[in-house]
Amino acid sequence: MSGEHDGGHHPEPLSPVEARAHAIESLLIEKGLVSSDAIDQVAAAYEKDIGPLNGAKAVARAWTDPGFKKRLLENATAALGELGIGGLQGEHMVVVENTPKIHNAVVCTLCSCYPWPVLGLPPGWYKSPPYRSRMVKEPRSVLAEFGVVLDPSVEVRVWDSSSEIRYLVLPQRPKGTEGMSEEELASLVTRDSMIGVGTIETPR
Amino acid sequence: MNSIHDLGGMDGFGPVVREKNEPLFHQTWERRVFGMLLATMGQGLYNIDELRHSIERMSPAHYLGSPYYEHWLAGLERVLVEKGRAAAAEIEAKVREFASAAPPAVPERSDPALAQRLAQAIHTGAPTSRGKGRARFASGARVRVLRMNPHGHTRCPRYVRGATGTIEHVHERFVFPDAHAHGRGESPKVLYTVGFEATDLWGPDAEGRGKVYVDLWESYLEPAARAPKRAARSRSETRRRKAVTRRPRRKR
Repeated sequence: MSGEHDGGHHPEPLSPVEARAHAIESLLIEKGLVSSDAIDQVAAAYEKDIGPLNGAKAVARAWTDPGFKKRLLENATAALGELGIGGLQGEHMVVVENTPKIHNAVVCTLCSCYPWPVLGLPPGWYKSPPYRSRMVKEPRSVLAEFGVVLDPSVEVRVWDSSSEIRYLVLPQRPKGTEGMSEEELASLVTRDSMIGVGTIETPR
Repeated sequence: MNSIHDLGGMDGFGPVVREKNEPLFHQTWERRVFGMLLATMGQGLYNIDELRHSIERMSPAHYLGSPYYEHWLAGLERVLVEKGRAAAAEIEAKVREFASAAPPAVPERSDPALAQRLAQAIHTGAPTSRGKGRARFASGARVRVLRMNPHGHTRCPRYVRGATGTIEHVHERFVFPDAHAHGRGESPKVLYTVGFEATDLWGPDAEGRGKVYVDLWESYLEPAARAPKRAARSRSETRRRKAVTRRPRRKR
């Protein structure tokens, strides 16, 4: 929708950051460098189309199709492409698999790199100093705060997204889901489990 | 640069705070900033490394005290000025207009072709791999991250500098951010995923069994089989090290 500014302008004072954002947008529009509809439509793409359902679809496919899982772990960018998933901030994908002995989790200590095509835009906590600072040094404590308490024998592997490679965790398939369809399985897969800060419980 | 953005391993930030039913954007201006950034970077007005370096130069107090999309806004402002797209004085004048008691409306401009191109770019992406290169290190090789403290942009986090790890994966050549952020071209270099034992990063303060994997460009690394003693280094290696670590000071 493009009615964020028009539709009867009732001037009200803006916060300092709003004033700056409006000022920059006005300059970019006046200079012809961007358009209102372009700004609106790129934001709408992430509000409507691109989110963790994409990642969940890929995880459910990997759980049900061993050939796909193999391709996903060997060349994730190409395998995700088979499902029509790819694009900005997911040009170079790597998928890492959780097992009973290895737990993977993803962070970006330097900024907020996150695999947009499979998970959408990151939640606030992923971009926050506590997560970014602590996840590489005390991942077990952070995971415990998320409710993921790991046995000391489990190896924690943390992937710091310092390049343009983007990481997705393939969570363990919960027990008791043997008869479920790919669609049913996809509905169990959470965003947090694909970042590596959540596990998936057996449905009741 | 050793700025506040390089947070890995710092203490004191407290627990990770999660928000229930978090919206994608908390306020309209955040949504507009997100769109502006993609629309300007997507047209090549600047590159992602220039943007990241722009954000890194926020003052530490501003960086830590502002919401996330304010980082993008601050980064966007600075990079637009540095790339000659807007003058700082022009921005400040415009900000004063909008900071008034009765701010003007943001002008509207429609360009469906641009919107269409950007929607396509979101689906296509912008790969930064530049084909296979001759890799100095093989998978499984032991490497040490150079001690380096460049004043400019780097994607070598402080917490791995000086640490020894193992090459987990040899990737293709990728655009080198340390050059690309400073108008020195793409200068693609082989990229590696390097695995570090938690104890090799944090010593006795490590939490237990674990590894941290970091993607590092070839010029951040040296072979670890060599003794780290400076006296033992050959003259040619000293020259190479200088060439790798010396970077021009960034002009403000």
